[in-house]
Amino acid sequence: MKKYGKFAALIVVVLGALIWLASAGINETKTYYKTISEVDQMGDRAYDERLRVAGDVESGSIQHTSGRVEFMLVQDKLRLKVAYSGSEPLPDTFRDGAQALADGKMGRDGVFHASKIQAKCASKYEAKPGQLRRAPAPINKTT
Amino acid sequence: MENVGSLALLLAFCVAVYAVVASVAGRLKRKAFLIVSGERAVYSVWVLMTVASGVLVYGLITGDFRFSYVAQHSNQSMPLLYKFAAWWGGQEGSLLFWSWLLSTYSAVVVFSNRRKHRDMMPYVVGVLGVVQTFFLILNNFVVSPFKMLAVDKLITAVPDGNGLNPLLQYPAMAIHPPMLYLGYVGFAVPFAFAIASLITRQPGEAWIHTTRRWTLVTWLFQSCGIMLGAAWAYHVLGWGGYWGWDPVENASLLPWLSGTAFLHSVMMQEKKGMMKVWNMVLVSATFFLCIFGTSLTRTGLVSSVHAFAQGPLGKYFVTFMAIGIAATVYLILDRLPYLRSESELESVISRESSFLFNNLILLASCFAVLWGTLFPVISEAVSGEKISLDTVWFNKLMIPIGLFLLLLTGVGPLFAWRRTSVDSLRRNFQIPGIAAVVLVGGLLVAGVRSFYALISFGFCLFVALTVLMEFYRGAHAIAVKNQMNLLRATIELTHRNTRRYGGYLVHMGIVLMFIGFTGAAFNQSDVKEMKTGDTLNLGHYQLKMVDLQENENGNYSWHRATVQVWRGGELLSTLEPEKRFYKASRQGTSEVGVRPRLNEDVYLNFGGMSDDGQRAVIQAYVFPLVSWIWIGGLVLIGGTLVCLVPSKIKMQYARTEVLGITRKYAEVPK
Repeated sequence: MKKYGKFAALIVVVLGALIWLASAGINETKTYYKTISEVDQMGDRAYDERLRVAGDVESGSIQHTSGRVEFMLVQDKLRLKVAYSGSEPLPDTFRDGAQALADGKMGRDGVFHASKIQAKCASKYEAKPGQLRRAPAPINKTT
Repeated sequence: MENVGSLALLLAFCVAVYAVVASVAGRLKRKAFLIVSGERAVYSVWVLMTVASGVLVYGLITGDFRFSYVAQHSNQSMPLLYKFAAWWGGQEGSLLFWSWLLSTYSAVVVFSNRRKHRDMMPYVVGVLGVVQTFFLILNNFVVSPFKMLAVDKLITAVPDGNGLNPLLQYPAMAIHPPMLYLGYVGFAVPFAFAIASLITRQPGEAWIHTTRRWTLVTWLFQSCGIMLGAAWAYHVLGWGGYWGWDPVENASLLPWLSGTAFLHSVMMQEKKGMMKVWNMVLVSATFFLCIFGTSLTRTGLVSSVHAFAQGPLGKYFVTFMAIGIAATVYLILDRLPYLRSESELESVISRESSFLFNNLILLASCFAVLWGTLFPVISEAVSGEKISLDTVWFNKLMIPIGLFLLLLTGVGPLFAWRRTSVDSLRRNFQIPGIAAVVLVGGLLVAGVRSFYALISFGFCLFVALTVLMEFYRGAHAIAVKNQMNLLRATIELTHRNTRRYGGYLVHMGIVLMFIGFTGAAFNQSDVKEMKTGDTLNLGHYQLKMVDLQENENGNYSWHRATVQVWRGGELLSTLEPEKRFYKASRQGTSEVGVRPRLNEDVYLNFGGMSDDGQRAVIQAYVFPLVSWIWIGGLVLIGGTLVCLVPSKIKMQYARTEVLGITRKYAEVPK
C-alpha cells in the first residue's frame, strides 16, 4: 500500500495548493452585487468593500468634466451619484435611460467612485413613433 | 407558412416521444419491427425539424416581419449571410438550431450503425430521443420561434426589423455559435452510447471504440468554437483581450476541459482496462456540462456581458439536469461491479500516473471555473449576498494550473507504461531540461522579471523540444532503414501511428498557444484624444492620425480614423479603426485596426468621439506574441485532424489478422 500513499500524498499536495490559491484569491477580488437601497443599508461596511451597483442612467444627468464623467443611477426613485474617472472610454451603449452596472467603491462623500462601467440598452424592441399607433406585440399562435 | 412550421415542430415532438417508447419497448419485448420503426422515427424527426428550420430561415431571408423572431433579429438591409446567421442569433432560433443539430446527429448515428451494435442501439436511440424531446418541449411550448406579431389579434407585420445584434455581424461570429453548438450537441452521442452500454452491460469497450471519432470530432468543433470566440473578442469587442472569464465564455470552456480529460482517460481504459467508472463519470459530466453551458447562455442565471434575455427557461433546464444526473448516478452505482478495473497503478513515474494527474488537474480546473462562474449564485444561497469573482481571481488560479498542465503535456507521453526507468528519463529529458534552464537564465539576463512568464517560456521550450525529439528520433530511424529523406520519414512515421503523433501535434499547438498567452505579461497601452495631425508614442512606435471621417450607409453610420504607424522614421502601415452605429438596433460597435506580426500586434481601437465632437479617442495597444495563439489553434486543429486519419500500421495489422484466420480455417479440412 506504500505506493498508494505516494499517490495520495501527491494528490493532496496538488489539490491543497489549488484550494489555498482559490480561497486566498476570493477575499482579494470579491465584489458585492448590491442594489442602491442595499448600499444605503450597509452602513460603514459600504466604504470598505468593492461593490457593483446596477440601475438606470437618469435622463439628462450625464455630465462630462475634465477626465471625469458623472451621472445619476436610478432605481425605484432611489438615486446614487456616480463618478467615473477610469481610463477606458465609456461603452457605446452607455447613454440616457440605459441600464448600467457601476463597479467600484463608495466614497465617504456619498459619491460612488466607479472604476468600470458596463451598460446595456434599456429596451431593444420599440416601434418608432408615428409608424403604428400601437406596437404589435407577440402572440403565441400554437400554444 | 407559420402554421407549417409550428405543425412540423409539434409533430416532431410527438414522433420523438414515439422513437423513445418504440425503441425501448421494442428492445425489452424483442420486437424487431418496433425497434426499426423507432429508428425510422429518428429520420422523421430530422425531416420535420428541417422543415421547421426551413420555414424560419425562409422568413428571415425574405424578411417576413410578421414573425416576432424575424422582427427582432433581422432587417432588410442586412447582408444575406447575417440574415441566415440570425437563425442562431436569438433565444428561440438558437434553441431550434440546437434541436435541429441533435436530430441531424441522431439520424447520422442511426444510419451509420444500422448494422452494428444491434443490442445497444435501441437504448442509444432512447437516450438521444429523451434529450431531443426535452429540447422539443422548449421549442414547442416555452420559446416557440413561430410567435407572430399582432395588433388586436390581427396578425400584423412591422415595416422593418431590429436586425441581428451588430456585435454578431462579423464573419467569425456568424460561424462561432454553430461550431460551439456542434461541439455541445455532439457530446450527446458518446453519452448515449455510454449509457446504452451500461444498461445492456456490454462486454468490452465497444462504446469507446465506436465513439472515439465522434468524441474527437466533437472536441474539435468545440476547440474551433472557443478559438473563434476568442478571435472574435479580440477583433470586435475592442478591449484588446481574447478571454475575460465571462460566465458564457466559461460555459464553453467547462465541457471542453472535461472533454479533454475524457479523451485522455479513455486511453487508460482501452490500453489497460482501468478507470472505467471514471470514464463513465467523465462522459456524463461532459454531457451535462454541455447542457449546463446551453442553459447558462440561455437563461441569464448569471449576469454576463453577453446579456441574454431572462426567461422562464431556467427551471426547465434545472429539472432536466436534475433528473438526468440522478438517473445517470443511479445507473453507474447500480452497474459498479461491471465496471471493475482490470489492473492497478504501479509507480508514480509512469504513464498511468501521468494520465491520473492530467485528469486530476483538468477536472480541478473545470471545477474551479464552475465554482468561480457560479459564485454569485452560491454566495447568495449561503450568505444572502451576491458576490462575484472577477478576472483577477480566475487568472490567479488558472495560470498555475495551466502551467502545470503544460508541463504534463511534455512529460506525460514520454513516461513508459507501468514504470519509467531513470535511464529513459535522462535520455528523454536531459537536453530539453538543460535548454529550458539556459533559456530562463538568458531571459533573466535580458531583463525579464515576470515570474510566470519565465516559467511559462521555460516550460514551452522544454515541451516543444521533447515533442520535436520524439518526432526526430522516430523519423530518423525510419529514414535510415528505408533510405528516405527526413521529411518523408516524418510523414511516414506520423501515418504509422496517427493517434500518437497527431496527439503530439495537438500538444505542440497547446505550447504555441501558451507562448501567445505569455505575451500578455508584456502588453503596453495608452489612450489619447487625437485630431488630425496629432501623434502618440507607444513602445517603439509612433502613431500619427492623418484623417478623421464620418459617413453612413443603410445599415449603420460610422466614424473612421486613419492612423499611420511609424517606427524609427519608417512608415510601417496605415490602420483604420472605425466606430459603427447600427441604426436598426441603435447599438454601436468597433472595428479595430490591427497590424498583426509574429512578434507583436499593434492594435488600435476607436473609443469614441470626444465631448466637443472634434477629436477621436484612440486606444492604442501593443500585444506581444498574440499571433501565436491563433497559430497554435491552427496546429491544434491540424493535429486533431491527423488523429482522425486511420493509422497505416493498424490497417496492416488488421489484414494479417484476417490472413491468420483464413489459414486457420484452411487447415481445418485436413
